[in-house]
Amino acid sequence: MYPNEVELQWSILIVLYPFITGLVAGAFILASLERVFRVEAVKPTYRLALLTALAFLLVAPLPLQLHLGHPERSFEMYLTPHRSSAMAMFGFVYLWYLMGVLLLEIWLDYRRDIVVLSQTERGWKRLVYRVLTLGSRNVSERSLGIDERLGYFITLVGIPSAFLLHGYVGFIFGSIKANPWWSSPLMPIVFVFSAMVSGISAVMLLYMLSTRLREKEIDMRCLDKIAQYLLYTFVIDFSLEMLDLLQRIYEADESFRSLDFMVHTRLWTSQVIVQILLGTVTPIGLLGLTQILRLSDIARKRIYGLAGCLTMIGIFAMRWNVVIGGQLFSKSFLGYTTYKMAFATREGLLTAIALMILPFIILWILVKLLPPWYESDSSPGSGSAPAHGTS
Amino acid sequence: MLGIKEHCAILGADVTGRYGAGNANLFKDIEHLIRLVAVIAIALVAFVILRAAVVPHSFGQYGHYRGAAIGEIASRPVAFAGHDTCEACHTDVVDQKKLGKHVVIACEACHGALAKHVDDPGSVQPKKLDTAIVCARCHEANSAKPKNFPQVATADHSGGIACDTCHQPHRPKIETAKTETEGKK
Amino acid sequence: MEITRRRLLVLLPGAAVAWKFVLAGTPEAAPNYKLTEHWWAMLIDIPKCIGCGSCVRACAEENDVPEGYFRTWIERYHVADWKIERPEVESPDGGKNGFPPHADDGGKNFFVPKLCNQCADSPCTQVCPVGATFITPDGVVLVDKSYCLGCRYCIQACPYGCRFLSPKTHTAEKCTLCYHRITKGLTTACCEVCPTGARQLADLKNPKDPIHEFLRTHTVQVLKPHMATGSKVFYNGMDGSVR
Repeated sequence: MYPNEVELQWSILIVLYPFITGLVAGAFILASLERVFRVEAVKPTYRLALLTALAFLLVAPLPLQLHLGHPERSFEMYLTPHRSSAMAMFGFVYLWYLMGVLLLEIWLDYRRDIVVLSQTERGWKRLVYRVLTLGSRNVSERSLGIDERLGYFITLVGIPSAFLLHGYVGFIFGSIKANPWWSSPLMPIVFVFSAMVSGISAVMLLYMLSTRLREKEIDMRCLDKIAQYLLYTFVIDFSLEMLDLLQRIYEADESFRSLDFMVHTRLWTSQVIVQILLGTVTPIGLLGLTQILRLSDIARKRIYGLAGCLTMIGIFAMRWNVVIGGQLFSKSFLGYTTYKMAFATREGLLTAIALMILPFIILWILVKLLPPWYESDSSPGSGSAPAHGTS
Repeated sequence: MLGIKEHCAILGADVTGRYGAGNANLFKDIEHLIRLVAVIAIALVAFVILRAAVVPHSFGQYGHYRGAAIGEIASRPVAFAGHDTCEACHTDVVDQKKLGKHVVIACEACHGALAKHVDDPGSVQPKKLDTAIVCARCHEANSAKPKNFPQVATADHSGGIACDTCHQPHRPKIETAKTETEGKK
Repeated sequence: MEITRRRLLVLLPGAAVAWKFVLAGTPEAAPNYKLTEHWWAMLIDIPKCIGCGSCVRACAEENDVPEGYFRTWIERYHVADWKIERPEVESPDGGKNGFPPHADDGGKNFFVPKLCNQCADSPCTQVCPVGATFITPDGVVLVDKSYCLGCRYCIQACPYGCRFLSPKTHTAEKCTLCYHRITKGLTTACCEVCPTGARQLADLKNPKDPIHEFLRTHTVQVLKPHMATGSKVFYNGMDGSVR
């Protein structure tokens, strides 16, 4: 090891960051399936997916801030961004996605409800809703129609924006020529597809959980559709990762021997066992089973739940293997180091756990503030999400 | 509790009935969007003003960085005076070194950083060196050192005693008897 | 011969005047230094390096380098027979206190000092999100520690492992080519104390610089040329096994 390489630079917080932004991009893509591609079956999850994306997007900068040596200077990235730096440009991609896509789409979709709630609620909630209306109480058919068309356009723009958001995170790693574990043109693409997998899986699990908590019936047609999309995306993601691996093994360039040894020793558990076997092959197999066999609703629900959880673990392991794995070997290809994860420090495990819990708390607040479903609904498939304009 | 649909039904007559169709009312129907654009515009202006106030003045002077940083970094005080400065005063040592192989070695390589001594020669004195340690750093035998470089296994060569017992460090080759006052005031 | 009081009275004023320029607070106060007249580089002569560690110690003292981190360091290579792609390398405490003795075991053994390569197309300055690290007009890559966020992207991007995060300032830190010395007409601390002349500062805009001449007439290499970093630290007599 070069003497300065022994200590790892990017900790578990930087593992968390692509995981969280991945969930954002994936949840949004699922939402856009309904809006743009008119996949009616997944409509019950539309608003939930958007709120999930927002909850995670709000938390996404936190691991970065906690990791910085000088978080108080972080605004410099917006004041004097270095245009050749992927990290600096990402600051603007994030801002665009938060403001121009996600918040705008949620606002347009919820606007009618917000206006109504601003007049029916009392107390501090009333103030919150009134601020959200921006002072306009117009909910005429025409204004809502304009909202609908604008929302469609934003979702249309939002899909490539979501790809850009997480693809950019992939590019932040993939553009580092100094690190052969990261440097690859496939990196942004692999990141995007694994993001979609984790996002779809997260919304699926959240939908199952929230419907259970509300003591309602799960819409199986919706759930089956989501699981189907999860499977397709997963297969593409797995193929891309295997392609990268096979090419590396075949070409066996200067770095290969060192990386190969690292995977066989330091990364064996997290990469081969957790990411590939438990986190990718098993969920794909389980989901494939539901497509091939005729299984009962309960069996399918259980499989989806299991597959979903394994998927989340697998994608987290993938982020771990990329970020931590990329720092475990020396750039001389002649040595290795270990990651000593702290527990209760600013960049420790406890902080990481807290940061993973936080989005769910925010989501709970958002769901209370902007309900993605109606209390009066009890039967599935009756359009339990508010209709979009003309449907 | 009334659902949203019921609320809309109650308010619908009030809210939607007020605005009829027609071009004159287009403005009313996109009023919320205009308000949104106004909020964004205000935020942008605030950002531009903030930026002008906060970004350091020398930023961009030579490139995408704070130009004043160059001066700040260059103004760090030095710790090593440099052999030219030592030689300005200690000319007797210079004459001594000229006779031997150590002429190429800077004074502070062995004597450590002495800019403070140059600043105040009277009160800041260089530390007395332990030659057993200082000389061994270069001359202890090691297979990776160039073969033509003088090196010894000190355990065999001297048994660990101070090198200046026999060698005069400024003129290391043992040719004449060592004199005591060389190099010192 | 002793330094008599009379000699001191003669010598001291001259030394004091010269010293004033050395201690000058800014490049402007050393009026002869113009940024555009220099393009700094370094030559490392491998066959001359004896691994004494003087450079590592001097650098640490000159620049207050935190314990356990290195702005420069020395690696000891052992290349067995023809196995040029599989050398054995060690760097105990960066070579700060020299190296433990090794018996001659056949095969090549040599020392390689390393430092920031002051790259002309440096990947580290490319990735800095705010412009806290940069290359000066005279060719030295520096870090503005009052602007650095401590994001560590530059440390990841450096192919040579020469950067680290200072535990004192929580900003990125690395070899500055003793910028505060070379702008005052001194040489770097490491070059000053190197006993064999294995490390030499070079000014590539100075045609009369003997090191510049050396580079023109000898076979030299840079580390990791395939990275195309425009490295300005040149190695004479470097074996192909050096990583």
